[in-house]
Amino acid sequence: MKINVNGTTHDLGEINPRTPLLWVLRDHLSLVGTKYGCGISQCGACTVLLNGEAMKSCLYPVSAVGDAQVTTIEGVAPKDGTLTPLQQAWIDLDVAQCGYCQAGQIISAEALLRKNPTPSDDEIYAAMDPNLCRCGTYIRIHNAIKRVADENKSGQNGG
Amino acid sequence: MSTLNYNTVNEITDFVTRELQSDDETPGSLVFKLDRRQFLKLTGMVGGGLILGFALPKTRAETTDATFQPNGYIKIDSEGITLYAPNPEIGQGVKTSLPMIVAEELDVDWTEISVVQSEINSAVYGQQFAGGSTAIPTNYAKLRQVGATARAMLVQAAAEQWSVSPSTLSTELSQVLHAGTGQKLSYQELASVAATLPVPAPESVKLKDPKQFRLLGTRITGVDNEALVRGEPLFGIDVSLPDMKYAVYQKCPAIGGTVQSANIEEIKKMPGVVDAFSLEGNGNVSELLPGVAIIANSTWEALQAKRALNVEWDETQAAKDSWSAAAKEAARLAQQPMTQVANTGDFDTAMTASTATAKGFYQYHFVTHAPLEPQNCTAHYKGDSLELWAPTQTPGWAIPTAARLTGLEASQVTLHQMRCGGGFGRRLYNDFLFEAAAIARRSKTPVKLQWTREDDVRYDLFRAGGFHQMDGCVDEKGKVTGWRNRFITFAPGGRPASSVSGGVFPGGMVDNLRVEQTALDWAHRCAAWRAPGSNVFAFVVQSFLDELAHAAQRDSLEVLLEVLGEPRAIGGGRRGQGMHTGRAASVVKLAAEKAGWGKELPNNSGKGVAFYYSHAGHIAIVAEVSVGGEEDTVTNRSGENVKRRKLTVHKVDVAADVGPIINLSGAENQVEGSVIDALSTMMDLSITFENGRAEQTNFDKYRIMRASASPAVEAHFIDTGEYPPTGLGEPVFPPLAPAVGNAIFAACGYRVRTLPISEEGFYLG
Repeated sequence: MKINVNGTTHDLGEINPRTPLLWVLRDHLSLVGTKYGCGISQCGACTVLLNGEAMKSCLYPVSAVGDAQVTTIEGVAPKDGTLTPLQQAWIDLDVAQCGYCQAGQIISAEALLRKNPTPSDDEIYAAMDPNLCRCGTYIRIHNAIKRVADENKSGQNGG
Repeated sequence: MSTLNYNTVNEITDFVTRELQSDDETPGSLVFKLDRRQFLKLTGMVGGGLILGFALPKTRAETTDATFQPNGYIKIDSEGITLYAPNPEIGQGVKTSLPMIVAEELDVDWTEISVVQSEINSAVYGQQFAGGSTAIPTNYAKLRQVGATARAMLVQAAAEQWSVSPSTLSTELSQVLHAGTGQKLSYQELASVAATLPVPAPESVKLKDPKQFRLLGTRITGVDNEALVRGEPLFGIDVSLPDMKYAVYQKCPAIGGTVQSANIEEIKKMPGVVDAFSLEGNGNVSELLPGVAIIANSTWEALQAKRALNVEWDETQAAKDSWSAAAKEAARLAQQPMTQVANTGDFDTAMTASTATAKGFYQYHFVTHAPLEPQNCTAHYKGDSLELWAPTQTPGWAIPTAARLTGLEASQVTLHQMRCGGGFGRRLYNDFLFEAAAIARRSKTPVKLQWTREDDVRYDLFRAGGFHQMDGCVDEKGKVTGWRNRFITFAPGGRPASSVSGGVFPGGMVDNLRVEQTALDWAHRCAAWRAPGSNVFAFVVQSFLDELAHAAQRDSLEVLLEVLGEPRAIGGGRRGQGMHTGRAASVVKLAAEKAGWGKELPNNSGKGVAFYYSHAGHIAIVAEVSVGGEEDTVTNRSGENVKRRKLTVHKVDVAADVGPIINLSGAENQVEGSVIDALSTMMDLSITFENGRAEQTNFDKYRIMRASASPAVEAHFIDTGEYPPTGLGEPVFPPLAPAVGNAIFAACGYRVRTLPISEEGFYLG
């Protein structure tokens, strides 16, 4: 079986097709930025982009990926080593505490902004409620997304 | 349950408690008593490193390279300047804040340095742990001295190079400057000379006047933030080693059960399974419980095999815990006198002479730590050594026990500290690490033990539930004159999980005060959970004080300030920083002022105030809420019918006196996070037990608050300049629940007395 992750096609050989994408990423492809938190699609730590849409990968069988493009936290930044506006906002606003959920949070935010570059507060909440933060950094997560949305509104991000 | 022992749980809990009450400023100061040879031996450091110490003989060290490595905290060489963070990072920010203290006195350019997690070595660093909000208070003085001493040596090195007096030199951004000539030398250029210099006597090293601080008190983003947003491996769960296998461990769902039989041969034939075997356990509930280990080629294959595992458990010695039975028994016990633990004045006479009284039965459910990274540990046993990679809060304590369980000496065990995906007190206890060590001992390859979320909840060391029958009174002036707190806790292994004492609020502030306590038999392990004790006592005592204020028909804020009374120290407390009513009153007044206490509010809205002192922090919170009308009837966890009511928390003002702030961004983050954690916990978090089993084991039933319910939070800090800094990981948590509960009463006249308040019908919206 083959899947495309972050622009690279990986041959997974004779893998059990029911293996969740999360464990394929972590154990087989050494892409450990995507995290295990609950295993029942409740916490969002395992969120990845599937053709640009946020998808919880802990229950998603690898066989269902097919030709879709998987993007993980390791693949969101441009190849030139710079960061996305969201990643930069996350650093500038010092969002993380323990940091464990933040990859999933950034992926969910990325999916939102790709569809809707200037979301309202309620649209941000609707997109981000699937992602738990045990440390309670919700206020900063929200502010980081707002900052990028504001930059998008004023055209600072090439928009 | 007589065959199980709870010694390790108790020892660690006792250590954290002692640490909180200790007057020792520098528990980690052992390093400064070593001579240079011992230091080099312990650290394996070679070459031109020079040890910087308070008690070291003034010896001139030979230099063989250009590395200035004064001790475990600083290294300056041609590569750059590296600062070592000694304590576990669990989200409290110490990987950033502790090196900031060194950097301030060393006068380095923060943007140019690297921060590295130090090795675990108690001989060099003292106890390296994360708990009790102690990292800042126990390290502050020491790390300032570390930075200042290294700076003095770099200045001396420059002075010798330029043949000028050190007093004519200054430092800035990793450089020594000579104002007279305009000459500059970077710390890196001075490293090789500095490494040959004698260590100055500690009394000769001048610390900065805090007014000159350039770094401390500013907002600094976390040192791991870029790695985090790029998804780089940092956490225990991210560890990967050549030939590493993946392990899971199935224990009895009722704690204390043992393996009678299991389909191990069948499991061994499953795809990807490398080995499966049962472990007996050693009877210590926080070391090694009995169970079945499965080792596989991938996590998923291990999890599939665990699902297919069929174990016949012998539950004769297992937990029979029942929350509903305990709650019933507690309600009965609450009506009777208990063991008296404090008694001042004459409570009964005060009640007889009073003008108004109040009474209330308060209760709170068990909760679980639920750090988002489930417990895990990677272990490599090589016969004569054991290497561990662990997200633990207490690495130093893990080593001797891991050695004992694998038949090794502590010196044969190496532990690599990994970033922790949350701690909250759970990782003070290293059962997951000991399991990994025991499994690795049977494996030829390194193994990563992975707990599932269900394991993580079921085998938590829970925050114990509890019950309080509160009675109190006020006199004709509305002054609180009598207070009685009857507390029913749980006693795992026969030892109470929690204790009230005469020091619990309002001890020392109300004339006639009686505290009584009893405990219910229990098997599930209970232990430290963010702000232990305080995280629930604050709700009880600050809510009940509000009840007395209303009984007296007085303003809650006025009554709280009256109870605090004249500025004075109450009791002892850690490092001379016990509760001070003056500091308390200041934060209460500041929170009230910032929140606009007393201003008109719309109908069904209200403000509540609460204060609590814990972990050397003085914290006041004012919450503003609105409450909707009664809706449909629902059945709560106790089988009672309650009306649903919508609660909206609009704004939370937090005033905190924890002395000077080290990292303002980190401090504000802790305040915001503590408010949200406390709100989430008070709203809907509960673990109930029946038939010896936890009834909620994942986030579908243990519903942590989501982002859209977040209130606005404002942090206001007081620093009078009189006190050294103290920690902020815990003390903001306790006063949030009573502030919200008191606001609910102000908004709608309903008194919440049960945590979580979803038991009384409230939901966040």
